[in-house]
Amino acid sequence: MTAATIADVPALVPAKRFNPRHVLVLARRNIVKSMRTPEQFMDVTLQPVIFLTVFTYIFGGALAGGSQHAYLEFLLPGMLGQTIVMTSVAIGQNLHADIDKGIFDRFRALPIGRAAPLIGAVLAEFIRYVIVCGVSVGYGYAIGFRIHTDPLKLLGALALAVCFAACFAWVSVFVGMTVRTAGAVQGVMMLLIMPLTFGSNTFVKTTTMPGWLQAFVKVNPLSHLVSAVRALMLGGPAGADIGWTLAWCAGMLAVFFPMALRAYIRRA
Amino acid sequence: MKSFGRTKALNGVNLSAKPGAVLGVLGPNGAGKTTAVRILATLLRADEGTARVNGFDVRTQADKVRRSIGLTGQFASVDEDLTGTENLVMIGQLLDLPARAARQRAAELLEWFDLADAAKKKAKNYSGGMRRRLDLAASLVGRPPVIFLDEPTTGLDPAKREDMWDVVRSLVSDGSTVLLTTQYLEEADALADEITVIDHGQVIAHDTPNGLKRVIGGQRLTVHPAEPAAYDNLVTLLSGIADGGHAPEADGRGAVTVRVDSDEVLPDVVARLRAGGIAVDEFSLHLPSLDEVFFTLTGTRSHDARESDSDSEEVPA
Repeated sequence: MTAATIADVPALVPAKRFNPRHVLVLARRNIVKSMRTPEQFMDVTLQPVIFLTVFTYIFGGALAGGSQHAYLEFLLPGMLGQTIVMTSVAIGQNLHADIDKGIFDRFRALPIGRAAPLIGAVLAEFIRYVIVCGVSVGYGYAIGFRIHTDPLKLLGALALAVCFAACFAWVSVFVGMTVRTAGAVQGVMMLLIMPLTFGSNTFVKTTTMPGWLQAFVKVNPLSHLVSAVRALMLGGPAGADIGWTLAWCAGMLAVFFPMALRAYIRRA
Repeated sequence: MKSFGRTKALNGVNLSAKPGAVLGVLGPNGAGKTTAVRILATLLRADEGTARVNGFDVRTQADKVRRSIGLTGQFASVDEDLTGTENLVMIGQLLDLPARAARQRAAELLEWFDLADAAKKKAKNYSGGMRRRLDLAASLVGRPPVIFLDEPTTGLDPAKREDMWDVVRSLVSDGSTVLLTTQYLEEADALADEITVIDHGQVIAHDTPNGLKRVIGGQRLTVHPAEPAAYDNLVTLLSGIADGGHAPEADGRGAVTVRVDSDEVLPDVVARLRAGGIAVDEFSLHLPSLDEVFFTLTGTRSHDARESDSDSEEVPA
């Protein structure tokens, strides 16, 4: 082949600065990459199964008046919230690794929107969120969980959890852009996730806790998500908790999206 | 100017490349070469000063600059989990080529860079040379008029290095303007129309390869005597043929190096060695090393100066 072919390509069409197509192209890259390393899906497949099994059968007998079935129904909505929030650790680690390897230098030297590689990465996470929802509810059904409402409300509950996770992912993106090593992303994220997930109404009723802890649990965004999901799956008033959850989502996005983008642009 | 913390990585560096020509930027590790390229490629912002690429200001018209450039770094920035084709198609799509055109362009480039057989293999299974070629192909997807090659042959074996040189030459014959950084005078000499020598973030020389060689002397002849006892005789003998009255230099391992006008002196040297009965186990003609270039231009060995402030190493990635 001769050098002439280099000149044979039609001139490029000038593009707008931000183009949703770029985001899709970059999301597709992330999806293809994770499909090729299936062990990356462990936290969305095995983890919900193991957590649900362990907590239902270890604590169930002691906590819900001896009824493991009653505890499973109480626990599953909270477990869904916990596992879907934990999936966010991976995105920060992966983005950190991408930057270390230099591929992001190429993206940065291309005429695409600054945020496109980050938004693409978060978009690709939706596959993992859908898997978490499918595995949690599917496995829950296999060991006896049943919704008390209707499928539409179940879908609403799952959509709320996915929305929460997608907004929380920006915290992880920010951490990934800020810390020095990929390993540190996990450390920092777990430090955040542990109090949020365990300091919530996931495992026991808030009324059994001391007052100072109740105060934290009541403002904890994850408690609102869990209450909303619980109500949508098992019945009861969900409106206020849905509102609080969405407000937290908007807040996290408004704070951490600009911070993550700024950290990414500065990380030269 | 560009500073990292208290270290000035670049200080008053002027670089300019003529359209359609190759500008070679020659300097040791930590000289500021990568910093300069990253500023020109809009990856870093200079603290002071201006730069224009293809007529566009890197600060205020970054998007137009990005549309004009291809960047191939010292560390191949391809996605290891994607195949050769997938890497190039992705870049094409990000440059807004329609899907079919992106695939076609990817196939052309893979063919051109001898990667067609590896098109469906993941880049992590490529050899170092293949990865570099894929990286360069990725910078050429959009047919950029300006190409930055940051040490494109560092770490490649000599045969692969010459392949890369052929690629650079054909890019230039296509009308591209190339900025090439290198640690090898030989490489700058082989490819560049003009050479800027930088060290410690400052320009210490700018000239054509021939002009530069006039200053630093052309080729060097290195002879290593088989018998250490013959060393003094060898020095005397080589003094007779040295260019421009420069004394032969010892290199510390028993060999002697002299500047020579041209390779025409070689038969003469061989004849004198035979007449003097001096057996040799090394006899080589080469361009001055970077170290010798720096010694001639600045009077100091670049290594000595570098060790004292290794903080000024270029920032990777």
